[in-house]
Amino acid sequence: MDIVSNQQKQKMHPHKFTLWVAIGSLVMMFAGLTSAFIVKSNQVNWKPVTLPKVFWISTIVILLSSLAVQLALRSFKNREMNKYRMLIGATVLLGSVFIVFQWMGFQNLWAQQVTFRGAGAGQFLYVIFSLHALHVIGGIVALMVMLIKAFFGKIKLYSSVPVEVAATYWHFVDFLWIYLLVFFLVIGGN
Amino acid sequence: MSEAMNVHSGVDAAHAVHHDDHGHGHHEQSFISKYIFSMDHKTIGKQFLITGMVWAIIGGLFSVLFRLQLGYPDQSFPILETFFGNWAKGGQIQPEFYYGLVTMHGTVLVFFVLTAGLSGTFANLLIPLQIGARDMASPFLNMLSYWFFFIAGIVMLASIFVHTGPASGGWTMYPPLSALRQAGDGQKIGTDLWLISMALFIVSSLLGGLNYISTILNMRTKGMSMTRLPLPIWAMFFTAVLGVLSFPVLLSGAILLLFDRNLGTSFYLSDIVINGEILPNEGGSAILYQHLFWFLGHPEVYIILLPAMGMVSEILSVNARKPIFGYMAMLGSLFAIAILAFLVWAHHMFVTGLNPFLGSVFVLLTLLIAVPSAIKVFNWLTTLWRGNIRFTPATLFAIGFVSLFISGGLTGIFLGNSTIDIHLHDTMFVVAHFHIVMGVASFFGMFAGVYHWFPKMFGRYLNNTLGYMHFWVTMIGAYLIFWPMHYQGLAGIPRRYLDKSGWVSFNQFGELDKMITIVSIIVFAVQLMFVFNFFYSIFKGRKVTTPNPWGANTLEWTTKINPGHGNWEGEIPEVHRWPYDYSKDGRDFIPQTEPIGANESKH
Repeated sequence: MDIVSNQQKQKMHPHKFTLWVAIGSLVMMFAGLTSAFIVKSNQVNWKPVTLPKVFWISTIVILLSSLAVQLALRSFKNREMNKYRMLIGATVLLGSVFIVFQWMGFQNLWAQQVTFRGAGAGQFLYVIFSLHALHVIGGIVALMVMLIKAFFGKIKLYSSVPVEVAATYWHFVDFLWIYLLVFFLVIGGN
Repeated sequence: MSEAMNVHSGVDAAHAVHHDDHGHGHHEQSFISKYIFSMDHKTIGKQFLITGMVWAIIGGLFSVLFRLQLGYPDQSFPILETFFGNWAKGGQIQPEFYYGLVTMHGTVLVFFVLTAGLSGTFANLLIPLQIGARDMASPFLNMLSYWFFFIAGIVMLASIFVHTGPASGGWTMYPPLSALRQAGDGQKIGTDLWLISMALFIVSSLLGGLNYISTILNMRTKGMSMTRLPLPIWAMFFTAVLGVLSFPVLLSGAILLLFDRNLGTSFYLSDIVINGEILPNEGGSAILYQHLFWFLGHPEVYIILLPAMGMVSEILSVNARKPIFGYMAMLGSLFAIAILAFLVWAHHMFVTGLNPFLGSVFVLLTLLIAVPSAIKVFNWLTTLWRGNIRFTPATLFAIGFVSLFISGGLTGIFLGNSTIDIHLHDTMFVVAHFHIVMGVASFFGMFAGVYHWFPKMFGRYLNNTLGYMHFWVTMIGAYLIFWPMHYQGLAGIPRRYLDKSGWVSFNQFGELDKMITIVSIIVFAVQLMFVFNFFYSIFKGRKVTTPNPWGANTLEWTTKINPGHGNWEGEIPEVHRWPYDYSKDGRDFIPQTEPIGANESKH
């Protein structure tokens, strides 16, 4: 029973709008964490952190996945379903690879004695990057559901709204990662 | 008409075509999909309300228990030992139990009752009905919102029954106390459960808030421009915006606290010696938590208050048979309050060593809130002025809200001053202030809403006689309970203290405390009477016979007496005017659906 409708002309679809509000909410969460970081970096015993190289690889991976999801959206709109399935699959794969590289980054840092002891940027890094990774995993789950639907779904869907919502969310977690990376490069290193 | 428009104007025709058969409610629903995992906004609203009522009874009972301790510190109540065992050894409430009660009372009432129970109920019920929508933007997320709330409640309830007791660090859960297991029984598993429960609750609020915002902005019926929205909808809109922007910050704070508690990080901890043990944590800042907490905590006050304000505006206008005075001023002041809500959080932290210059900025911003608040108060009073007031229980509670908002608001001016706050901080004066202005006032808004919209929810009326008794006892009782606390606070009695018999200067308040306790018990009993009235009237109340029993203009009264899922049979009505055309051109009321007449005067 689908009750959602566009009650007015030329309005954004309510689901897309909901996503944008949700993004605003997520921005507030990460703004809270990064501003806590700034406040705390002025305290005594603050230790900066140097990002391992592996985070650069994960950056490239997530950028590629953003490209893949955008192409998937385009092929959906052009009704090229095989191409769409392949590209969504590629996005899921790249997203998972991103998570693996993040985990390797954590291990690398932990081996460099950046642990939960003491105080400093490292602790924030673990918390903030893990929360970001959780949101990427949420996106992977959503994309996997769409992938299963694209392969086995009985109902033909012609509305591109779900794909657009997923793609926008995916670009957001990508953008969020770039912000966090720059934040830790510029402020976390001091 | 608007449905037909949809088919042509929708983004994708395939999507919009199947709208015409909604609202007829032909397909049979099972008990589970109709009442339990329902996606109907009206049912979800009722679920929020009834769950909120259960929590209100639990939270209210907690306050009666700790009032027994405060009123009769030396008395033994053997019945307490029967029920609570070790928590009330020898019939006396033990310190750990007392702190657990105080913490849980605050948490339950602020979050579970006055956030979820109030805006969860009325945003769900009123938004689609008053804007002319079949349901929320996403009924599924809406259902999830309730169930996250429900699970949060189960976790919180479970924390009361664990061996070491519930969280007992105060509802603000300040570290370092709340971050250290060694600090006491309540800081053990109880606090972890508290944090998990709050995280689930935040998810619930966010899902709800997202839906409220996108429903209001995207799903209004034809002709329902933003300035034709009834005021409760505007209030719910700003409430949702506040929640969506501030709750995530509390989540950040809670996550960092969970790390400090369980993984040995030092976000909030530094240089601590506890029970002779020197902790390795260094470089943390407890003040950081207070910033994160109050960045939510202050908007939270308005999350609680704004829905009550909106509903009171509507109910006063309907029952005074007069247009609301200053509709645009009401909007402007809601907007101003929503903005200022984010700029005043540090007034909770004047005595933390906050820079006095920064403090003076926060004093100024805090006192600025008096301006929109006063605008609202004057508008309510001028709405009532020379009206043909119908004193229904809902009207009385709405007027009671205005009274409490004035008296509680005035003491806010005391507390907003950083110099006076040095004396009053953490005293009973603060307790008196926020209970009147935010606690009881919002409860009054909620009661007004329940009495007013009960006919829409259940197709029956609440019993009026019980309603009047409920109002008068609660109104007089609320002032008897909280007014004397101002004097206690001015004299310096701190809040949250178990026993103040050690201070000779506070002994003069012994009898006053007894009086407060007795009145609390009476007021609590009357709330139980209201709960009885509520459930009795669902099944046996006087039946509603006309679709528009209050003679109101808004769209919810154009539906059937018991609307099905989809709200309107056939087309959604079109809106032609604002919702406050009462006593206009010799007519008692003109519904929003009526086109503007040829010779009609302007409002």
